[in-house]
Amino acid sequence: MSKPAAAFQAAASAYVGERETRAFLRQSLAGYLAQRRTGEERFQDWEEARVAASAAKGEALDYLDRYLADFLTRIEKRGTRVFFARDAARARERVVEIVREHDAKCIVKSKSMTGEEIDLSETLEHLGYEVVETDLGEYIVQLRGERPFHIVAPAMHLRREEIRELFAGKIGPEAGRSAEPEALTMDARRAIRRKYLEADIGISGVNFAVAETGQICVCTNEGNGRLSTSLPRVHIAVMGLEKLVPNLDDLALLLPMLATAGTGQHLTGYTTIIGGPRQPGEADGPEEFHLIILDNGRTALLADDEQRDALHCIRCGACIYMCPIFKNIGGHSYGTTYMGPIGSVITPHLRGLEEWRHLPSSSSLCGACTETCPVRIDLHHHLLHNRRNAAAAHPAPLEKLALRAYGWLAGRPALFSLAGKLGKLALRAFSPLLGTALDPARGWTRCRALPEPPRQSFREWWKTHEPEPASERDDDDEE
Amino acid sequence: MSAPNDDRDLIFRRIREAIRIRRENLPDHGDAERYRQLLPPVRASLQARIELFREWSDKLNTRFIAANPSDWRAEIASLAAAEGWKSSAFHGTGLAREATEAAGLPAATALDTTRGYDPERLEACDVGFTDCEALVAQTGSVLLTSRGNGGRALSVLPPHHVVIATAGQMVPDLLAAMALIRERHGAALPSLVTLHTGPSRTGDIERQIVLGAHGPKKLTVILILD
Repeated sequence: MSKPAAAFQAAASAYVGERETRAFLRQSLAGYLAQRRTGEERFQDWEEARVAASAAKGEALDYLDRYLADFLTRIEKRGTRVFFARDAARARERVVEIVREHDAKCIVKSKSMTGEEIDLSETLEHLGYEVVETDLGEYIVQLRGERPFHIVAPAMHLRREEIRELFAGKIGPEAGRSAEPEALTMDARRAIRRKYLEADIGISGVNFAVAETGQICVCTNEGNGRLSTSLPRVHIAVMGLEKLVPNLDDLALLLPMLATAGTGQHLTGYTTIIGGPRQPGEADGPEEFHLIILDNGRTALLADDEQRDALHCIRCGACIYMCPIFKNIGGHSYGTTYMGPIGSVITPHLRGLEEWRHLPSSSSLCGACTETCPVRIDLHHHLLHNRRNAAAAHPAPLEKLALRAYGWLAGRPALFSLAGKLGKLALRAFSPLLGTALDPARGWTRCRALPEPPRQSFREWWKTHEPEPASERDDDDEE
Repeated sequence: MSAPNDDRDLIFRRIREAIRIRRENLPDHGDAERYRQLLPPVRASLQARIELFREWSDKLNTRFIAANPSDWRAEIASLAAAEGWKSSAFHGTGLAREATEAAGLPAATALDTTRGYDPERLEACDVGFTDCEALVAQTGSVLLTSRGNGGRALSVLPPHHVVIATAGQMVPDLLAAMALIRERHGAALPSLVTLHTGPSRTGDIERQIVLGAHGPKKLTVILILD
């Protein structure tokens, strides 16, 4: 078992036992679901909107060389300095280089999952720079030394009292006097406000990049994205190369869909479209705007035309909310930047199938992810594709032999029926050992009760219940 | 750590190689006309648009005041009295300037961001007045740019943002807002275009909505009717 697989299993087993946290999470998810439903109902046709959204992202990706070239010409013309990074290390090095050039002391950062992907904050902090995560949820998990629990709601696993204690301990005696969300939010507002004025550099992510106009779009609710990109004299944005959309009309379609799928809102509070540094005649804004465009495994996924649509992802987090596995093991167990179904689809591509092939198996293949995805990524089939690829890379001869033996047996009715009866007896004899150290299937049986074997096999039951011949059957059977 | 090389050429090569196979089952790429049949509907009349904007404002905790040309200044004066504003920021020579005057905070002593300003002073202001590019009925949003509406920080740093708009600026939907940006600014885009939809908010603690997380705690939109 790979190291991440072992860590995954240990963390998941531990989280499953945390009943209170899981109940708290379920309650929070119920709130999301209700708002999400209302959100979809506002659309004239949500289902067709999903088709259109998928087409817009698909168009951008299938002709990515052209759209990206157009985007670059336009955004660079306004003085944006673009840097392409093949992997996380190069992206980090480039950011560090910019930070050093400007002799920066304090950096404000608005939420960026691509930033998480390349360990940006940790790298800068390690080098001695002060990095302030300004998104409230992200600020909370930063103070705890944790990773986000969910890509849209980083601190959704924490209760107000835990946050109060954290603030009282980490911010100072003036904070954490009340556990009311209102008071806690104001604690964070006061703690961060000065930083916007003091920071030399603001870092943001990118939700969309518009080829038509050469602009990036950043969505936040708190206004931290606006402040982080207004006052500091340098703005650095980090984006995955899959963020492109062809034009502004696509943006008008995708923005309300992102908000609806992400939080049930009709539109995120601050939708900010940036096309460069401060332009002539403007009152303020950064003198320099650096855009870092990251590959880090994305072109490999682009080359996989079976799973290319995984790059349609707009990081709304809906598939994670919907996933029964996420509900039971929580966001930290995955040990990845992107958790839940989308994470289990793309992580093996971004970080290597060898170490992460356990992820596609941590799914029930129920399809709730695919159904909820606003850009119609075929998530549960891609989980299956990843399992297939993992099996091809790692043949399991025993499993294969067992299935072949089963196939042989199932083709011989008399033997099959005898084996069923013998199996029942064997199971009865073996039952005291189930789940004990002597049970080879212990991993499965120790926390599951086996159902009573039925008295009658299905084949026996069928003999007495076989329906009349086809003539009486309903013709317009809906199957 | 030495300066890293730019991987532009490498990545473009990888992309071209990757997309040699195009997908056959992709649905057709739509346009504004198609999207307008899918997105939340907006009725055509100005009255209906204003009503929709008001509905969103109520849900978002935006204070929305529709006033006649003769009495919008009085609305601001009474707001100023109720809020106890002592200092303000504005921009330029248009409606934002008239607004600070109406609030009893003369433009001569208030902060005009278009003349170069100290961020510390802007941060200390009780209120920021701006005009806007447009209002969007479909979403209850205010459309602003860094060129036309006093820069980037004026609309987001002071704790109260007051927007003065005219009825003709009420566009139906996001698609119309995008068309407006394209037509008005396509030749030379401002460095920042932004939609503000309600005051600053967060739901990061137990999904409970709190206003004023980082940006303005209050947003007021005053619409001058024709």
